[in-house]
Amino acid sequence: MKVLVPVKRVIDYNVRPRVKPDQTGVDLANVKMAMNPFCEIAIEEAVRLKEKGIATEIVVVSIGPAQAQETIRIGLAMGGDRGILVQTDARTEPLSVAKIIRAIAEEEKPGLIITGKQAIDDDNNQTGQMTAALLGWPQGTFASAVIKDGDKLMVTREVDGGLQTVELSTPAVVTTDLRLNEPRFASLPNIMKAKKKEIAIKSPADYGVDITPRLSVVKVTEPKKREAGEKVADVDTLISKLKSAGAI
Amino acid sequence: MAVLVLAEHSNSALNDATGKVLSAALAFGGDVDILVAGENARPAAEAASKLAGVRKVLLADGAPYGKPVAEALEALIVPLMGAYDALFAPATTNGKNAAPRIAARLDVMQISEITAVIDKDTFERPIYAGNAILTVRSSDAKKIVTVRGTAFPAAGAGSGAPIETVAVPSGPFASKFVREELSKSDRPELASAKRIVSGGRALASSDQFQQYILPLADKLKAGVGASRAAVDAGYAPNDYQVGQTGKVVAPELYVAVGISGAIQHLAGMKDSKIIVAVNKDEEAPIFAVADYGLVGDLFKIVPELTEKL
Ligand SMILES: Cc1cc2nc3c(=O)[nH]c(=O)nc-3n(C[C@H](O)[C@H](O)[C@H](O)COP(=O)(O)OP(=O)(O)OC[C@H]3O[C@@H](n4cnc5c(N)ncnc54)[C@H](O)[C@@H]3O)c2cc1C
Ligand SMILES: Cc1cc2nc3c(=O)[nH]c(=O)nc-3n(C[C@H](O)[C@H](O)[C@H](O)COP(=O)(O)OP(=O)(O)OC[C@H]3O[C@@H](n4cnc5c(N)ncnc54)[C@H](O)[C@@H]3O)c2cc1C
Repeated sequence: MKVLVPVKRVIDYNVRPRVKPDQTGVDLANVKMAMNPFCEIAIEEAVRLKEKGIATEIVVVSIGPAQAQETIRIGLAMGGDRGILVQTDARTEPLSVAKIIRAIAEEEKPGLIITGKQAIDDDNNQTGQMTAALLGWPQGTFASAVIKDGDKLMVTREVDGGLQTVELSTPAVVTTDLRLNEPRFASLPNIMKAKKKEIAIKSPADYGVDITPRLSVVKVTEPKKREAGEKVADVDTLISKLKSAGAI
Repeated sequence: MAVLVLAEHSNSALNDATGKVLSAALAFGGDVDILVAGENARPAAEAASKLAGVRKVLLADGAPYGKPVAEALEALIVPLMGAYDALFAPATTNGKNAAPRIAARLDVMQISEITAVIDKDTFERPIYAGNAILTVRSSDAKKIVTVRGTAFPAAGAGSGAPIETVAVPSGPFASKFVREELSKSDRPELASAKRIVSGGRALASSDQFQQYILPLADKLKAGVGASRAAVDAGYAPNDYQVGQTGKVVAPELYVAVGISGAIQHLAGMKDSKIIVAVNKDEEAPIFAVADYGLVGDLFKIVPELTEKL
């Protein structure tokens, strides 16, 4: 079974994002970028499926600027076999990303697509579900366990009340949650090896996808600031403060 | 103009999230109908019909909808959308699971987790873990929106809207519900709790989490939350996680115990009315958002607090 893993280049999760003074967006100039953490979990899961002999080939895909190649290389260093960069400097929305992934899936015919549940920049939590719908495939979102059972997949999902298990026919789309696995670090020899792995460079037009955004940014602003309060000396003071604030 | 609201419910009862989505839909405008998709879900439909501002309730009642998979909701809702200009769904795991499928089938770019309705094309939503607020305008003819419950008021009581039944697609669907393991608890659920006590990595074990956090929560009649670190380490179940990638909460009182205050955690709780932090590191970032901070060892402070409340 071939596995397709779409990965996104995002701001590093340790960086505190700053809104640009002209309110057009978040300042990404000279900011450390990294692979979206949920995408790392997706790659790790694919590599584990390969180590178990379930996955035969892992194709790492990104839709984004030329620098997204670096993100694909990380995926290849972690154990991906080859990459596809669909290069564009335009702003891409989940709907157009999903259309491109659908087109790639129709060509590559994977048995499984693993995406992150959400990208930590735009926090949309859409791309995997949209891809599944466009392909007419089943989905197992927010996965904390994925088990192959014959030609079915049993996916345990993190839901509001606890855990839920669904059975999917294949091909299918799975989106990763935090507890699915702990991604490995790419070792230096594997990073060197990954440099020789093939990355095909394509464009959205190659897949016949119109990526004109449906959403336009009116403005991006700072959230309401919360003022730091006071440190209290002891438990008794805390209780009396909470009482006078009406909190207890 | 007409809006369809997807209800969050447990078949036998309506979840508070539904009323909040309804408030967002009413702010958007037009006739608002609520869809209750379930199995033996008439009680939930009746509760929905009693919310203020509802034109009618659509009840889709049938076996595949008891615990509906996203594919089943897609099959039900896509054809219904011919009669609606917008779908408003809760940003719960249910809503997040199904809404993007419906959006993709209608060739619409979804607007996720809105916190304000500006006009019929324009919405506000937090991005970058709430470190920026995006005002976004949609050019799609139909709107598919998920709603962050904490940003909208609960709906009022109405005089009773009619309930109409709609035919349910019978499947089979490409995915199937198998089982559920829900955290059992008599405590208030996080999304609607008035008070929350959350524990972090500092609790150091599941036993200590239970021994220190739960009695304090009981004393305060509070819901229980946790940081990602506490959940990853197995001190608390996954559905306790508060944060950017867990639950977003905004109680009257949020008590953070042994939680450092990483931006991903703050994203889920910084709209709480009053925040209390207990941390032994006086430099911990959680103190920057706390109304009342207590610097010290939680293993001493928490039992004292629990006792004196
Ligand atoms: C104000 C603003 C300005 C922006 N400006 C730009 C810009 O100038 N240039 C730019 O490139 N983007 C820009 N973006 C980002 C772009 O809009 C997002 O890539 C898009 O909205 C996808 O949303 P998401 O990543 O949150 O999707 P989600 O649905 O949260 O992503 C979930 C998963 O889908 C997969 N996925 C998502 N996107 C991709 C991708 N591109 N390639 C491969 N897999 C993917 C990953 O597996 C990911 O984990 C901007 C966004 C905003 C809000
Ligand atoms: C993609 C991604 C998504 C994430 N999503 C979330 C999310 O949704 N929610 C979330 O919470 N995190 C999330 N995180 C993780 C986040 O970055 C932090 O790692 C996490 O919140 C830390 O948890 P913590 O505060 O419990 O642990 P730590 O940061 O280790 O803090 C423990 C604190 O306890 C204090 N302490 C230790 N001993 C005592 C004692 N005896 N008494 C008093 N205080 C004590 C310490 O001073 C410290 O401040 C995410 C991370 C990533 C990469």
